[in-house]
Amino acid sequence: MAEATDPPRETFRLSQLLYDARYRSMTIQVVAAILIMLLLVELVDNTVTNLAALGKDIRFGFLWSTAGYDINQQLIPFSSQDTHARAALVGILNTLVVAVLGCILATVIGVLAGVLRLSKNWLIAKIMTFYVEAMRNTPLLIWILIVFAVMTEATPQPREFREGGSASMILWDSVAISNRGVYIPRPIWAEGSGFVVAVFILSIIGIFVVRHIARKRQQDTGQILPVFRISLALFFLPTLLAYFLMGRPVTLEMPELGGFNFTGGLQIRNSFIALWLALSLYTSAFIAEIVRSGILAISKGQTEAAFALGIQPNRTMQLIILPQALRVIIPPLISQYLNLTKNSSLAIAVGYMDVRSTLGGITINQTGRELEGMLLLGIFYLITSLIISAAMNFYNSSVKLKER
Amino acid sequence: MSTGRKDPVAFVRTEMLAPAAPPPGQVGVIRWVRENLVSSWFNAILTFVALYVIWYVLSGVLPWTLNGVWNASSLDECRTIRDARGLETAACWAVINERWLQILFGFYPTDDILLATLFHSEALAAAGGVDAVFNGGMNATQRVEFVSAMKNNTNNGLIFLFGYWRPLLALALMVVAVAPILYSGLPRVMLLFSLAFPFVAFFLLWGGSVWLPVLVALGLIASILIGRAVGGWLGMLGGSLAGIAAFLMIFMNPLSALGVTGLFPLLPKFLGVMDSILPWGLTYIPSDEFGGFMLAIIIGTSGIVLSLPLGIILALGRQSSLPLIQWVCVTFIEVIRGVPLIVWLFTASLLLNYFLPPGTTFDLLLRVIIMVTLFASAYLAEVVRGGLAALPNGQYEAANSLGLDYWKSMRLIILPQALKISIPGIVNTFIGLFKDTTLVVFIGLRDPLGLTNAVRATAEWNGIYWELYIFVGLLFFVFCFFMSRYSMYLEQRLRTDHR
Repeated sequence: MAEATDPPRETFRLSQLLYDARYRSMTIQVVAAILIMLLLVELVDNTVTNLAALGKDIRFGFLWSTAGYDINQQLIPFSSQDTHARAALVGILNTLVVAVLGCILATVIGVLAGVLRLSKNWLIAKIMTFYVEAMRNTPLLIWILIVFAVMTEATPQPREFREGGSASMILWDSVAISNRGVYIPRPIWAEGSGFVVAVFILSIIGIFVVRHIARKRQQDTGQILPVFRISLALFFLPTLLAYFLMGRPVTLEMPELGGFNFTGGLQIRNSFIALWLALSLYTSAFIAEIVRSGILAISKGQTEAAFALGIQPNRTMQLIILPQALRVIIPPLISQYLNLTKNSSLAIAVGYMDVRSTLGGITINQTGRELEGMLLLGIFYLITSLIISAAMNFYNSSVKLKER
Repeated sequence: MSTGRKDPVAFVRTEMLAPAAPPPGQVGVIRWVRENLVSSWFNAILTFVALYVIWYVLSGVLPWTLNGVWNASSLDECRTIRDARGLETAACWAVINERWLQILFGFYPTDDILLATLFHSEALAAAGGVDAVFNGGMNATQRVEFVSAMKNNTNNGLIFLFGYWRPLLALALMVVAVAPILYSGLPRVMLLFSLAFPFVAFFLLWGGSVWLPVLVALGLIASILIGRAVGGWLGMLGGSLAGIAAFLMIFMNPLSALGVTGLFPLLPKFLGVMDSILPWGLTYIPSDEFGGFMLAIIIGTSGIVLSLPLGIILALGRQSSLPLIQWVCVTFIEVIRGVPLIVWLFTASLLLNYFLPPGTTFDLLLRVIIMVTLFASAYLAEVVRGGLAALPNGQYEAANSLGLDYWKSMRLIILPQALKISIPGIVNTFIGLFKDTTLVVFIGLRDPLGLTNAVRATAEWNGIYWELYIFVGLLFFVFCFFMSRYSMYLEQRLRTDHR
């Protein structure tokens, strides 16, 4: 009869820390934690020592002192007597406005170029290939400088717009493209224009409601409402009605040539236009590739299956192809938006006053607070991109294939 | 069969008809045009519009380009020549003709002694020989005059080949070093040279004593060997720690806080000894004289080479099961990716000195290379992570069930497949990195675009834009286009599923 032996007792030996998979991960993490702590301590220590040697400290009080410099493009009122914090805010708004407008234009051009690149027309496809390759393979900085040079060197001076001059305004004398910038009509908001704007916003909301109802109805009953026509009508009709009802409260102030420059109207600076156009053109090439690959990613069988079910071509596109293609297209598209936003910091090349030039440029130079300024600048960009990627993650999880 | 009876069929053709030619609309050019250009009304209109656009663009650009003035010494002279020829527009390519060396190399010094001895031996002899001109005989002003007179009498092509032989040789050797990595058909022995190339390139570009790169290489080899020896005895973790410790001992002074300064670092001591025994070397050229397209290539190549391993490690760290490692990698990647490169470059130029031990000074070019590398590695990490995520779980499980440890399973099973999937993304990141090297102009390095400003700042070429931008743009285009085509080739070659 065999003796029953106890299982070997669990003992802990020091070597298990290295060789036992259960403990090794702990060891590695502890070692890593110690190393990281050491590194951080070293960094902070160095910084403190260096700052002390320079007689500096870390304070953010400079934000509330007078800025003392002017900003040439302001979405909110700003004068040189305002604080550095307000200057930073003006810069942030300038960054955001060029980023948002850039994203919109880049999407329009990019989708167009991507679809046209797949065109059956050989010539169009080749032109678009050339466009995309030329944009993608040269630095963005060159494009910004080129567009800026076009805007400042190849456009007429304001004095040439005079009677008998070589230049003339376009779009029924409402837009002037000159080397001092583009002048467009400025809307004047009179009494009652608030109502018109409110109606416009309400009708936009109405469009979304209608779309929602139409989708629900289609899923419940299979009936399809003419959503596009309803939306179009909603977009224009109520606002126009309100506009005329209130006695045309919104008027346009046209730019006019007075003296050596244009007066009236809205001046859009060349720096803004150069940055906006170059960012849009450059990013649109990447978006074109994304759109193209998104469309190609949907196998032909999907279209054929839809046709076999008797679905019409445009409904096939709308109901079968687009929802699937968008799932492929949107995530990289959003990361292109992110890239565009970050690339807008190239504003430095043309002197556009974005947040890097105000907070990260002039403010730092005037106050000598490099550390604090760069920190705030970094935090702004970081928050912006985290928000955008959070939006992307939300979208991703909402359209993810539900697999079991 | 029957012979007497007449065949009921009146006529039977015994030979084949020659095949008729297809209708003219179905062959050759006409068919191609029909299918590709005018397949429908809409398509025909598109073709028409496209033709108009092409004509419009070419009619503007071609005369300007082709009628360009190639020989002139200033923009005014260009315009005079243009008007004399009776042209409305003409490019002034003369600026490229005269300044292309500057755009390629910035203010990197030429090897004047070589130029003088090769092409101007009489003038050199008249001035008193090499020693008299370059080694103290002349004062600085006279020497500058001699050199500029010499350069004015020398063809730009000759200056390019012989005056800049150091960067050119480095570039040629780079092609040799990169070739075995890019094309697997070449002998594997060449990879040894690829490993040695960074040191060779450093020596050629920066010059100085030959012993510095040699000793650094030896020190690296020594620390790797020590790490390996210890690793065979203590395992992977102990080995890498020992290697890092050896590296610190050889190159840095890790124990200065404890007052131990006598032994470490070993490097400068050896350097002094070797230099006194065999003083070989080239003229030292400091980093701030680097510039032009050469600078873009140096930053781009170093960034590419260094960021790939770092990016892979970050991606693995992000996928790691160890929470601390994962957390550190995620933070690093997101922080780096969330902030534009310009801000990082400004950080490198304004702030890095705050974070380093007091008294450390750092070459600006080196700082830029480090920043660009970190930046690109964060993007690469995301690309590689995509590749890792695309692999089915079965691959990881299969590697585990074979009993491979983590590093082996990664090296042998996971990474080869994951990297293959992510090739397009990796190459795109590299292209982006290469294009982003132009941003260094904002922190005061002389990249090609900054040099176009320098050219424009001279009295002769004030007001010239397009020609310079086109030249620089084409330089970048050639490199980036090559990279993207190579990635397509690589995808084709590595495609193992026979679809």
